[in-house]
Amino acid sequence: MSVGLVIRLIVLALLVAFLVSPQTFVFVFRPLVRAGQPVIYNQGSLIDLTLNHLAIVGTAMVLATALAVGLAILVTRPFGAEFLALSRSLANIGQTFPPVAVLALAVPVLGFGTAPTLVALFLYGLLPIFENTLTGLTNLPPTVTEAARGMGMTGRQRLMRVELPLALPVILAGIRLSTVIALATATIGSTVAARTLGEVIIAGLLSRNTAFVAQGGIIVGILAVLIYDGLSAIERMLMRRTGQAGRQA
Amino acid sequence: MTLATATSARPALAFDKLGVLIALVAVAGAFLPFSIFRANRIVLGEGRMLIDALDGPSAWLTIAAIAVGILVALIRLAPAVKLAIALAVLAVAFVMIGRSATYLTPADNTFARVSPGAGFWLLTFAFALMVADALTRLRFRPWPRIAMLAAVGAALWLLLWSGAWNDLSILKEYANRASAFWNEARTHLLLAFGSVAVATVAGVPLGILCYRVRPVRAAVLNVLNIVQTIPSIALFGLLIAPLAWVAANVPGASTIGISGIGTTPAMVALFAYSLLPIVANTVVGLENVPEAANDAARGMGMTGGQRLMSVELPLAFPVILTGIRIVLVQNIGLATIAALIGGGGFGVFVFQGIGQTAMDLVLLGAVPTVALAFAAAVVLDAIVEMVSVGGRTQ
Repeated sequence: MSVGLVIRLIVLALLVAFLVSPQTFVFVFRPLVRAGQPVIYNQGSLIDLTLNHLAIVGTAMVLATALAVGLAILVTRPFGAEFLALSRSLANIGQTFPPVAVLALAVPVLGFGTAPTLVALFLYGLLPIFENTLTGLTNLPPTVTEAARGMGMTGRQRLMRVELPLALPVILAGIRLSTVIALATATIGSTVAARTLGEVIIAGLLSRNTAFVAQGGIIVGILAVLIYDGLSAIERMLMRRTGQAGRQA
Repeated sequence: MTLATATSARPALAFDKLGVLIALVAVAGAFLPFSIFRANRIVLGEGRMLIDALDGPSAWLTIAAIAVGILVALIRLAPAVKLAIALAVLAVAFVMIGRSATYLTPADNTFARVSPGAGFWLLTFAFALMVADALTRLRFRPWPRIAMLAAVGAALWLLLWSGAWNDLSILKEYANRASAFWNEARTHLLLAFGSVAVATVAGVPLGILCYRVRPVRAAVLNVLNIVQTIPSIALFGLLIAPLAWVAANVPGASTIGISGIGTTPAMVALFAYSLLPIVANTVVGLENVPEAANDAARGMGMTGGQRLMSVELPLAFPVILTGIRIVLVQNIGLATIAALIGGGGFGVFVFQGIGQTAMDLVLLGAVPTVALAFAAAVVLDAIVEMVSVGGRTQ
């Protein structure tokens, strides 16, 4: 077992321990509060908020992946070829929309709560996944696609057995990027009353309690780092399996 | 068969696949409420269809413009023609939404509010899609792109200046807080551009150091990567305490404006987020400098410093600029969050609007932010393209 893996497992264990029994960690956060302030977030259960946070991000990412990969497949087929250039520039334009603006503008349509947050994370998650799927599907080694064609595979067979498996690590890199952005952006969702870890941070900002801010921030930060590393490890594994270890993701 | 005859042999009235999509969205837009009327700024609105939202002639002119637009979208035509028609339809829609507000607002009623409805937004989206498609096909050079952006900006300014939109709800919100708006605009620009400027001054040398000294590279990039994972609102919040301590304990700190809440922590947080893309792109840009260029410079007897200044940095410049572009667009958006910790900026209106469920106030904060980010992206993309011309595309 490598040192890095051991450190990550320890961090994960600490995170779980903190979520299950936050009171044990009072000594860590005590220096951050002023006299009389509560040390540990006391307006709800941290573990519930964390699970809810992950559920919102997970749902948004599954939906975003389904649509983004589907669209990318469509525009790389002969039928959708004329959409390719436009979809690239739209993805580029979409990235200039700040997440807060997307979130705020979704509220009039969807009301307060989880729905606008889900939509904002979904829309914001589409772009990196779409871009990476495009890159993955258009940068395949020509020798491989030629060989598949030569074997008499139909378009669908080539897509399912050759193109998608080879592009998978690059697609996964896009999902990883989207997920890390979504984990942080979900906290902003609490300004429109979504139940995420942002509640902890905002409660801290409102009551000038730095310990709350730190708790919310640290949980999200650790989740992001662990998920980022986990997905990177899966990508490397897939790269090895498809014999692309030398290629750039 | 030559290519020319192949093109002319195509049926004259070929359907455009994207046009079908645009037409569907536009038709949906035409049959949804064009504007929304409300008795005051926070009650639920009632939608008004195009025909009820405007006086007779204006309504028919708008419907005719949309019909022409849909027809042009469906047929394969030269991109330049499509661009001109789509821009014309957008211009009609933008002028008419202002007229609709004037038409629907009863005389001497200062409470009534008229805002754009779903129909207006869908029409705008459909024809903006047509503009985007035409622009993608036309592939303008950088200068014409900047000129077009300036022309669109001037047209919008003319609309605002002429007072044609004065009865629209978003401008009534603006009229009530005009001086605050420009104050927050200044703060927003200061936060976004200031943090990027400081991050560039600090990040490029740090990137050079990372490039030259390998052990530093892993450490610096790892730390910066972790900074990126901290949610922005948490980072803003976490900086309050240390900066308050600095303001209270370091002589002179508070006189130069350092304080726990307000603009300073926002500035520091935006600076922290900006470092990673700038440092990483500097490293990548320097690494991609062709070995041959470096060898030639060495052969000419250049010292390390000379090579850096006259060979490596100029060649890496487009990639570094790309990093600055990413960060600038990102910070224009992130600066809205600064309002949560009293840092000001357009976010003030967004969060006030969310708090009062006054969506026009949200728009007053969100629209300038999006416009600013979009303009910054167009201009910097054009500059990146200009400086990479003749060289390698990164």
